[in-house]
Amino acid sequence: MSEPNHARRFGVIWLVATLIATPLAILLLGPILPPGNGSEQASEQVTDNTVLLAMATPVLLLVVIYLIYSVICFRQPKGGALEGPAVRGDARVQTTWIVVTSLLVLSLATFATVRLETDYGSGSGSGPTPLTVPKGPKLPVQVIAQQWKFTFRYPTYGGVETPHLVLPVGQMVELHVTSLDVIHSFWAIQLGVKVDANPGVDNVAFVRPTRVQTFEVRCSELCGIWHGAMFDYGHVVTPSAFKTWIHQEQVTFAPATKLLPPYSTTYVPNPTRRGE
Amino acid sequence: MGVGTAVALVGVLIALYVALWATSFPQSVAATSASSGGSQLTLETVGAIGPKYSPSHPDWVSYLIKSNGRWVHSTIYTVPANSIVHVTIYQYDSPTGLRNPFMGQVQGTVGGTMTVDGKTVNAINPEETSHTFAVPELGIFVPLPGVPEEAKNACEFAPCEGAAHRTIKFSFRTGKKGRYHWQCFVPCAAGYINGNGGPMQTLGYMDGFLDVV
Repeated sequence: MSEPNHARRFGVIWLVATLIATPLAILLLGPILPPGNGSEQASEQVTDNTVLLAMATPVLLLVVIYLIYSVICFRQPKGGALEGPAVRGDARVQTTWIVVTSLLVLSLATFATVRLETDYGSGSGSGPTPLTVPKGPKLPVQVIAQQWKFTFRYPTYGGVETPHLVLPVGQMVELHVTSLDVIHSFWAIQLGVKVDANPGVDNVAFVRPTRVQTFEVRCSELCGIWHGAMFDYGHVVTPSAFKTWIHQEQVTFAPATKLLPPYSTTYVPNPTRRGE
Repeated sequence: MGVGTAVALVGVLIALYVALWATSFPQSVAATSASSGGSQLTLETVGAIGPKYSPSHPDWVSYLIKSNGRWVHSTIYTVPANSIVHVTIYQYDSPTGLRNPFMGQVQGTVGGTMTVDGKTVNAINPEETSHTFAVPELGIFVPLPGVPEEAKNACEFAPCEGAAHRTIKFSFRTGKKGRYHWQCFVPCAAGYINGNGGPMQTLGYMDGFLDVV
């Protein structure tokens, strides 16, 4: 019996599987990919993850189908004790592999770079002077990290500082993230925001929450014994509820506001250690 | 044979060391009943715990709790759920200052206040703060003013009874059962980078648990 054309047969199987599985993966898995749709930036990240999924699916199928195909078609026959023919290099296969994988990786790198510099960094910190800044009014909110608690300062509301994070829905928020001691990382999970909090650095990120919700806030940089306790819930509320809340905070924390230094993008605590 | 025995002995010693380390945990101390209702926690903060309570780290800053008339080196406290807890802290340490002045306001206590040497206040000067008693999950932040540097009769080692001190009193209400971490927010660990090493990173000195049962 003549040997079938394995390359053609494998290629057809892979192509059919790819044409079926890729749209299914996009349609079925795409909508449930993290971080969800809590903000414009989170939605953009879901799109990015969907693109990655669409590009990874054919590669995954290539590997898995080849493995299964080999197990079935190249199984050593019963009684056969001889090794198969020696496998020599195939310049065409090798060239195709190198070109295709290079194109895949380079296109993903280009895509990711472009996406980071549009859509306002998609929730990531872009340093003190971001290359892209959204137009229109923005609500500045400062995130201050210290071992082991985040606090939040609202400079347009008298510089009031509060242990709670509340944001108005539909409002573009300009986050200024900094730290008073070691390196932390501010992660508002469902909003798609993950920003390094470095001492002496004003790390800016933008986010526009798209629905009323409760979201998780965590530190995502191992920062000491109580790193795991740097966990809290933030809230996205209606603009009117936000106004009511912030005015209550101004009253509640009026004594603390008198103690605070003037608003600044970074702070140099004094003392930095005991005895200074 | 000799090498095998030596390896086995080293293995046993390592296992013993790890077991001792893993099981060395501060004892939990229950709050006492308060005559005015609720429960009472009586604590003290000292600049150096001393060799009596911590032979390995006698110069570390620490909290202690009073139990059955004696000062006990523990930072795990048990209080009843859905009740009022009265806290008295005898503060024997000098000021260090808050890293974040926001913590200078008393938060989460009954009335949003505390008394310092009998005087009711809702905030203190951040620079005069020596330590804090803070339970972030319960929204409790209480700054503790320090003993002035020039004070006579300053405490050297715990227990410090009779030495210069500040007396801080406040009350808070507990809610549902659970284990809540508490900590000091002042970088008070002398000799460590950022003042947050050593006793700030080791359970049993400037942080612990509040077990609400």
